[in-house]
Amino acid sequence: MSIMSKHQKLETNATLLLIFSFLAVTVGGLVEIVPLFYMDNTIEKVEGVRPYSPLELKGRRIYIREGCYLCHSQMVRPFRDEVERYGPYSLAAESMYDRPFQWGSKRTGPDLARVGDRYSNEWHVQHLIHPQSVVPESVMPSYAFLAETPLDTSLIEEHLETNRLLGVPYDDAMIESAAADLAAQADPEADWDGLLARYPKAKTGDFDGDPSRLTELDALIAYMQMLGTLVDFSTYDAEAHYR
Amino acid sequence: MKQTAQVVAIAVAAIIALFGAANGSDALFRAHFGILFIVLVLAAFLLLRREEKPTDDPDAYMDGPIKYGTIATLFWGVVGLLAGVAIAAQLAWPELNLEPYFNFGRMRPLHTSAVIFAFGGNALICTSFYVVQRTTRARLFGGDLAWFVFWGYQLFIIMAATGYLLGSTQSKEYAEPEWYVDLWLTIVWVAYLLVFLGTILKRKEPHIYVANWFYLSFIVTVAMLHVVNNLALPVSLSGTISYSAFAGVQDALTQWWYGHNAVGFFLTAGFLGMMYYFMPKQAERPVYSYRLSIVHFWSLIFLYIWAGPHHLHYTALPDWAQTLGMVFSVMLWMPSWGGMINGLMTLSGAWDKIRTDPVIRLMVMALAFYGMSTFEGPMMSIKSVNSLSHYTDWTIGHVHSGALGWVGMISFAAIYFLVPRLFGAKQLYSLRLVNWHFWLATLGIVVYAAVMWVSGIQQGLMWREYDPEGFLVYSFAESVAAMHPYYVLRALGGLLYLAGALVMVFNIYMTIKGRIRDEAPLVTQHPTPAPAE
Repeated sequence: MSIMSKHQKLETNATLLLIFSFLAVTVGGLVEIVPLFYMDNTIEKVEGVRPYSPLELKGRRIYIREGCYLCHSQMVRPFRDEVERYGPYSLAAESMYDRPFQWGSKRTGPDLARVGDRYSNEWHVQHLIHPQSVVPESVMPSYAFLAETPLDTSLIEEHLETNRLLGVPYDDAMIESAAADLAAQADPEADWDGLLARYPKAKTGDFDGDPSRLTELDALIAYMQMLGTLVDFSTYDAEAHYR
Repeated sequence: MKQTAQVVAIAVAAIIALFGAANGSDALFRAHFGILFIVLVLAAFLLLRREEKPTDDPDAYMDGPIKYGTIATLFWGVVGLLAGVAIAAQLAWPELNLEPYFNFGRMRPLHTSAVIFAFGGNALICTSFYVVQRTTRARLFGGDLAWFVFWGYQLFIIMAATGYLLGSTQSKEYAEPEWYVDLWLTIVWVAYLLVFLGTILKRKEPHIYVANWFYLSFIVTVAMLHVVNNLALPVSLSGTISYSAFAGVQDALTQWWYGHNAVGFFLTAGFLGMMYYFMPKQAERPVYSYRLSIVHFWSLIFLYIWAGPHHLHYTALPDWAQTLGMVFSVMLWMPSWGGMINGLMTLSGAWDKIRTDPVIRLMVMALAFYGMSTFEGPMMSIKSVNSLSHYTDWTIGHVHSGALGWVGMISFAAIYFLVPRLFGAKQLYSLRLVNWHFWLATLGIVVYAAVMWVSGIQQGLMWREYDPEGFLVYSFAESVAAMHPYYVLRALGGLLYLAGALVMVFNIYMTIKGRIRDEAPLVTQHPTPAPAE
């Protein structure tokens, strides 16, 4: 009786109703999300994880633009079948520079968290231009236009700068040489020493089969070929990271 | 003249849009602002051509934006369903993808946003404006602000939809629009809150009716979710691309805290508000239990917020958060069914209406699907079930039994209720056509959901099947091939549902024209009740 009569106050006071319902909906989010910014197992660093190279970052934007995440996850769960099918299960640290994350929610196509180094560049070119020519069962759309679209390389310093403002550790040298690194990574004639020092394990050389120009296909394949390759799982000590 | 100020404001906005179209730092931004410019010029032109109407009685209810809202709801409903059928067909026949603008990856956000935000959003805005005026006995607060909410929201929809096809997306599901569209929605949403809350504050009825609690908590919570989840830093103020303020795990949980509560507050709390007004009205019976509505309101809004992590089971999200999400999701079953029971039992003493009134039938089916999907949801949030269902079509089927069944049907019922009253028609053009709509929609959902259960569970089982030697039996491609018949059937289910909506559009059109179909009544004979033995 008493609670019900007290509740009548809320039913006759819109401001109180607003405040109480707002309080009711904030608790859950605060309890679940805030600790993630402070807990070791969500923010620990793992050897090998690094920010994306300028070309990979551009390729990632194309992956996002085309909505690849709607059919492909990037999150291998710790199950026997998934580990055997895709590779070692995904670590939190592997997506620590992903803004936004690309874990996905649906596998109309296979998981791509460890697609890097699995297929040749030529396979990717063929597959993106005409998926059914290499996987007859596939229901994936064609992305042939990527091979025809020159990559927009403008504002690349600003892209890195924006990430740095948000906390991604791009240093001054990375930002200064962003445009040069972007051009060098897909150029088979370039000197890659500086690039590889800044972005270890970056894939270099022509990606789309046409070394004469830099296309969106170059960027997308450069991104996909590094996915899941940064951490060396032959030396990674999983048990040491259990919490 | 009031319209002058509005035309000038739109013209100024159009000039800014033109500036963006000319000087944007990327091609996408220039194209998108070009579209904005064209839309704004058209709007200014239409506004100039409109004849000045005599201002209506300042004490009467403001029904203009609600009338427009019912039409917008139907229009976007058909667009969204059409996009859904199109992408369902693309999965069955990939040749239907037309690169780059009409590829699946760009069409899918178009479908989800069109049905959730364009159809659902318009239904919520127009019904909430109707309900809040009738239950407070006050005219909408803020004068033309309600018109700003309506047109501003349509502009948001157009910018979001064209952006997806052009390739402007931040890839957060159900929050895909980029930063500049998000900012616009924030402005519109704050105006919506002002109109709604302002109307409650100036009410002539001392008590705030329960439907308004749900609408209010929906508006406030969606504002919170929208602002936090879309926190991002644009690369350039004249460019489309932005980077999320959160990364990796934190970003994933923020997104699904948003994503699940887009379901919880946009698609549930708001529509429960709708149910709490239109169900008793149509049934001409009071709400079943006042106490139950209090308990169910507070427990629903408190528990829903916790459920987000069940979208991230077995991922790199810490275990404790996953478990918390699972436990709260299972608890959520109770308040959800509390709401369903409160709605269904409102029919006590009027159960015959299910037979005689097809609008009531739509409402009852909506509640039945609400009950079914709010049982299925908690079940799927159990980690061991989720290990099978996650990443499969089962999730898609679950969403659609809630979206088509609950959200769709309760909205259709509300619009069938509203249109004759708003447009001054004596009654609906045809009850028999409502009945056709009911059966087409119900059959469509049943086909859709059943097919997706089968395909989802089969997919999940194929991925994890081992042979006696310990090898995986199926390649991924084989599981894709096995889905083909289900994808064809699913498109068929969607087509049935779309056909029902088209029947409704015709029925509403004729109702607005004031026509009444010459038809035999739905129930021809009333069986005489026999006395109990």
